[in-house]
Order: sequence, then structure tokens, then C-alpha cells
Amino acid sequence: MSASIEIPCDITPHPVTGMYNGKFGVWLFLASEVMLFGALFSSYILLRVGAPEAGPLAWPDYRTNHLNVPLATVNTMVLILSSVTVVFAWYYLQLHKFAAARACLLATIGLALVFMVIKYFEYSHKFHDGLYPSTHNFYAVYFTLTGLHGLHVLGGIIVFAYLVGPGAAMWKYNPAKFTNRIECAGLYWHFVDLVWIFLFPSIYLL
Amino acid sequence: MSTHAAAQAHAGHDQHGSGHDHHAHSSWWRTYVFSTDHKTIGIQYTITALCFLAFGFGLMLIMRWQLAYPSDPIPLIGGLLGKSLVESGVLTGQGYNALGAMHGTIMVFMAIVPLAVGGFGNYVVPLMVGAQDMAFPRLNMASYWVFLPGGLIMLASFFMPGGPAASGWTSYPPLSNIATMGQTAWLIGMIFLITSSLLGSVNFIVTIVQLRAPGLSMFRLPFFVWAQFVTAFLLLLAFPPLEAAGVLQLMDRVAGTSFFMPQGLVVSQKLHEAVGGGSPLLWQHLFWFLAHPEVYVLILPALGIVSEVIAANTRKPLWGYKSLVYAALFLGFMSFIVWAHHMFMTGMGTTLSTFFQITTMIISIPSVIVLTALIISYHGASIRYSVPMLFATAFLPMFAIGGLTGLPLGLTASDIHLHDTYYVIGHFHYVVAPGTIFAMFAGIYHWFPKVTGRMMNRTLGLIHFWFSFIFINGVFMPMFFMGMAGALRRQYDPEAQLHAETVQGLSRMVSYSAWCLAAVQIPFVINFFRSIWSGQPASQNPWQATTLEWAAPSPPPHGNFAQVPTVHCGPYEYSVPGERRDFCPQFEAREA
Repeated sequence: MSASIEIPCDITPHPVTGMYNGKFGVWLFLASEVMLFGALFSSYILLRVGAPEAGPLAWPDYRTNHLNVPLATVNTMVLILSSVTVVFAWYYLQLHKFAAARACLLATIGLALVFMVIKYFEYSHKFHDGLYPSTHNFYAVYFTLTGLHGLHVLGGIIVFAYLVGPGAAMWKYNPAKFTNRIECAGLYWHFVDLVWIFLFPSIYLL
Repeated sequence: MSTHAAAQAHAGHDQHGSGHDHHAHSSWWRTYVFSTDHKTIGIQYTITALCFLAFGFGLMLIMRWQLAYPSDPIPLIGGLLGKSLVESGVLTGQGYNALGAMHGTIMVFMAIVPLAVGGFGNYVVPLMVGAQDMAFPRLNMASYWVFLPGGLIMLASFFMPGGPAASGWTSYPPLSNIATMGQTAWLIGMIFLITSSLLGSVNFIVTIVQLRAPGLSMFRLPFFVWAQFVTAFLLLLAFPPLEAAGVLQLMDRVAGTSFFMPQGLVVSQKLHEAVGGGSPLLWQHLFWFLAHPEVYVLILPALGIVSEVIAANTRKPLWGYKSLVYAALFLGFMSFIVWAHHMFMTGMGTTLSTFFQITTMIISIPSVIVLTALIISYHGASIRYSVPMLFATAFLPMFAIGGLTGLPLGLTASDIHLHDTYYVIGHFHYVVAPGTIFAMFAGIYHWFPKVTGRMMNRTLGLIHFWFSFIFINGVFMPMFFMGMAGALRRQYDPEAQLHAETVQGLSRMVSYSAWCLAAVQIPFVINFFRSIWSGQPASQNPWQATTLEWAAPSPPPHGNFAQVPTVHCGPYEYSVPGERRDFCPQFEAREA
């Protein structure tokens, strides 16, 4: 086979959709993620609405649910800040300032790790107080939804670690594609951020 | 891409060693096992799915023994089956449930969908849109290598203590929550399969939208590509809620939560330890939110294949191409709002039932449009009854039987009588087995020369078709009568109720037909393997068809086309008046 395969719109946007393949793919992936978390949020709402008014199965509210609102508020800020740093990374790459972009990506990873550490303290505090997923469906929802979100944060950390580490070699021979990759990873990261912005009020503050 | 960028990318590949052109001088592993070529992946999917199809069918053949001769020892293989299924040669109730659950799961998620989407979609869609490969070749490879472990986990659950999942392919809680370990394997396997189809569907949509050859506008796409396009959206958006449900059920089983557990459940005379407060109905809603669109995932690719075969063999344009496309799009949309017609009998309330009854009646309209357009396509044609055409032609009435018998199930009043009887089994199997599987056979016979460069044997094909046609009706037609007589599905002992004994003879006939149906697949298997090596060599376009896959050599090399084709006309320009030949391929410019 002499001719190499060229996938159209691999780097340059498609004239009609205005997106290169990767970006289009990420948007579709996020659409499916919306359905995943949408189903989980719907389940949460249905279980909460269907719970009895009183008795052991009654649903706790923000006064009685033993969740740590200050820590979660800090975490919200941390995630939003990490979304900002990703945008700056992408911005610097477009200006061909790789060192600055790299610093922003490292900051993103750092902030994501801060989020996970705070989450760890929240979880271990719950376990210490004897609150487990099996204790009550409220905690089942809390652990399952924040846990799945945490897995998404972890996934993001792995992706960014790859892009800062071994994946960064691409910047030397294909900077356009590398910039696109940061944009795609950033889109995903904003989504993870957005899920938390829905999770925080609906679980902690209601 | 500009030459400069191309050169840059090329240089990059040399450094990085993961480029697509690397394929040319790559190892056996990268060419045949971990290949990124959509054709290799399509073949991998097809072979794997056909194996699962045979396996899932085999499970049913064992169950049919119990249904024909209740509590008689299974002949020949009775001694070979494990203790979780068989006791002194007789299928146990638990074993019967396990085989039934795994038959459904394997057929739907590991056989038909991978065959229709992973196999045919992967192989044919990039060719039909004139692309060199899928948009994300490595993602495509990953989708197969996520699918396979998912399937293997399901198979491994047969060797677990307590046997595989036995709560039906629908896995309704609370039964599934308290089931043996096989159910956990089922859930983990499903999460793999869902991830695989997610990767696949993203790839299909991007490929169809972004990678079309010059001149190939959306309304010049063959209907098969449209069908795959809508299917990909269904997979993309309907599967995640089942993934969510799977995660919740996994939490119920592993972490002791009560998402689907009611309070005060008594299991084996003991109060279950879960705190309760959950809703078993919630699972059903989440499950059917996937599983109804899933029905159209099973049907749409089949309709697409049948359309291609009919157009090529009637030598006429498909009647109402745009109606077909709009019907498929409407079908895709509507399939998201009919799910609870599976739940009329759960006591969810008459208001909801009425809503879903109405949407169910509405969704039958686009299905009828598609079928009508395909039937009218035969009018006035000089038909070539090739083997694929026979399968496609048989598909139409049998799919119609499947569809029309669904109407009484979609109406709440008649559903009360028919729910959970053999009538339901007859209905959906007519859609999926003589429907979709016949379309799959049509597709295999139709595209076999493209994939292998050789024709399949016609005589063996005719034997395969006619006997399959007879026996498959022998399997499913009696089920309607059994169901109307009140014989219940999912029943281990068919003679447990007196009123079902009157149709026990029919049940025996079904079993014999099923075993004969298995026997007449042997000519197909022989034909399949013999033709790969010694079939009659096929030309590039043996059916004289018009769509782009016939512009590539048979079999197409890596990269598919020597030169990316330019598209000059719509997909079905057959018998154009004044033309020299009775077909005008999309890839050939016509003389003015």
C-alpha cells in the first residue's frame, strides 16, 4: 500500500458543520453523557418525590443530611477555576506559547487533584459517622452520583496527564492537532464541571 | 488537507509510529487482530456476532426440549451440562430461567446489534460514503476490543456458582437484586457492551456527516446509510440510561443500596436486610427507555439492507426514497417516547398508559410507510430472484406479520389478555428472527462478493433459504395460537396449567421446527466457508449495482478506493430511460 490514508476534516473544520472530526465526536459523546447523568438525576428526583413524609425512609433535607456544604462550596470553586485554566491552556497554544499552556494544564491537573482530595475527606468523614450507601437511599444517591462524577474527574486527570506528558510530543510535529486535542479535552472538562454545578445544589442544598 | 499539512502529518507518523499508513508494513497482529481498518473490524464483528448467534440459538434448542417433553432427560448433551443447569439429565427450573435470560441477552446485545451495526455498518458505511476509513480508526478498534470482553464476561458467567443471570434479559428487580453472582457478571458485561456501542455510534455519526465523498449530499446517501445514521443516534442516546440503571443495580447488589428495593421484602421466609424505599418500577422505566429504541436498532439496519438488495434486484429506483428517509428519522424520534407500552400491566396508571398507547399507534405509521414503499418498489419491475433477493422478499411479509401483531399489544385493552403469553414471543420474534435475521442473511449473500472477491453458491443458498423459510414459520406461527389460548411465556413446565395443555401439541411442533431450522443452517455454514476459498470469482460489481461500495475492488484494499470517488447522481439510478445500461452508478459521470 503506497498511498497513506487521509481522513478528511481530521484537523481542519468541515465546511458545513464547522467542526473537525474530534470536536464533533466529543459533542456527541457529551450528548450521551447528558443522557447518562440525566437518567441518574431523574432517578434521584423520582426516588425523592416518592419517599414517605415521615419515618425512617423520609428524605433528609439540607438541615438534616449531614453533608458538608462549606467543603463542597470550595470544591465548586476549585472545579470552576480548573475549567478556566483549561481555556487559558488552549488560548496560549493558539498563540504558540507552549510553556504557558503547559503551566495552565499542570494547574488544571493540580486543581482536579485538590478536588479529589477534598472529596476523599468528605467520604471518609461520612464513613466515620457510619453513613454508607446502604444506610438510606439519600446516601445511596449521594455516593453513586458524586462517585460517578469523581470517576469522570479521574478520567479527566488521566487525559490531561497524558497530554502534558507523553502526548505533548505531538506539539512538535503537529501543533494544530495538539491544540485541537486540548480543546476536546477542555470541552469534556467543562462538562464534568457542569455536572458538578448541577450536583452541588440538588444534593447538598435541597 | 493541503499538501503541506499532509507532509507534516506524514512526518509525524514516521516519528510517532501510530499513523494509518503504518499499517502497510505492520505486523500480523496489527493487520488481523488489532487492526484499525474498518473492513477488518467489520469482519471481526461479523464472525464474533455469528458465533454468538449460533450459541444463543443453541441455548434455545435446549430449552425447546423441556417445552416439548417436560421433565424428560435431555438426550445427547444432557450429561454434559453443568449442575447449575441440569439435574440427572433434566433441565432444572433455575437452569431454564438462566438459558432464557442468556438467550435474550446474547441474541439482542451480542448477536444482532453487533452483526447489524458493528458488522454491516462498519464494513459497508465507509465504502458507501466514499471514505477511506472511519473518522476515528483507533476508536473503532477499541469498540471491538471492548465488545469482546463484554461478551466473554457474559459467557464466563455460565461457569459461576449458581450459573448465569436468570432474571430474564430484562433483569427486573427485585428478583435480579437477590439473584446469584451471575447477575453481577451480567451487569458488568452490559457496561462493556454499552461502552462499545457508544464508541461505535460516535464514529458512525461523524463518519457519515464529515467524511462523505465530493458530490455525495445527504440526500444522495443510500438508504442503508440513513438507517445506520438513525441507528447510531438511538445507540448514542438510548443506551446511557440503561448504563445508569446498570450502575444503580450494581450498587444495589454490591454496596447494599435500595434503589430498586421496596421496604419489607421477604426472601425465602426471611426479611431482606436492605433498608428499602426504592422503586422496582424505576428499573423498568430506565430499562425500556433503552430497550424500546433498541427494537429500532434491531430493525432499521435490516430495513436498510433490504432496501439496497431490493433496489439492486428490481432494477428500479426505490419507490419514495425521501419518504423512506423521513420515515426513518420520525421512527427514530418516536422510538424514545413509546417505551412504557411494555409496562401496561405494572399498574403505572391509566393516564400514562393512554399516552403511551397513543404514541405507540403513531409509531406504527412510519413503519408502515417504509414497508409500503418497499413493496411498491416491486411494482412493474423485472425482478432478479438472486438468493439475497429471496431473503429480502421473504423479509417483507414476515416483518409485516411481526409489526401488525404488535398492534393488539400496543392497545391497553387487548394487551390485558395477551400480555406475557406466547403471543408476545411470536410477535417480537417475527420482527427480529424472520425479519432482521433474514435481512442479515440477505446482506451476507449480497456483500459476500465484495468482502471476499468470490460469489456464494446459489444452489446451497436456495436450499438454505427455502428450508429456513418453512421452518422459521413453523417455529413462530404456532406461538400466536398458543398465546391466544393463554399459554404463558417464561414458564418452565408448559403443562402446569390445564388450559395450556390443549396447545401442547403445537409447542412440540415448534420444538421440531426449531431443531430442523438449526439443521438447515448447515448448508449456509458449508457455503460460507467453501465460498471463501473456492467460490466463483466475483467482479468488482457483480450485481451491477449503483452505490459506492461497488466502485472499490473486491475485496477492497486498505484505504478502499484507488482514488476517492466523485459522486454524480442519487443512489438508485436504475433503468434510466435513454441510457446504454440499466444502471447508472453514483461514481460514474454520465455522457450529456
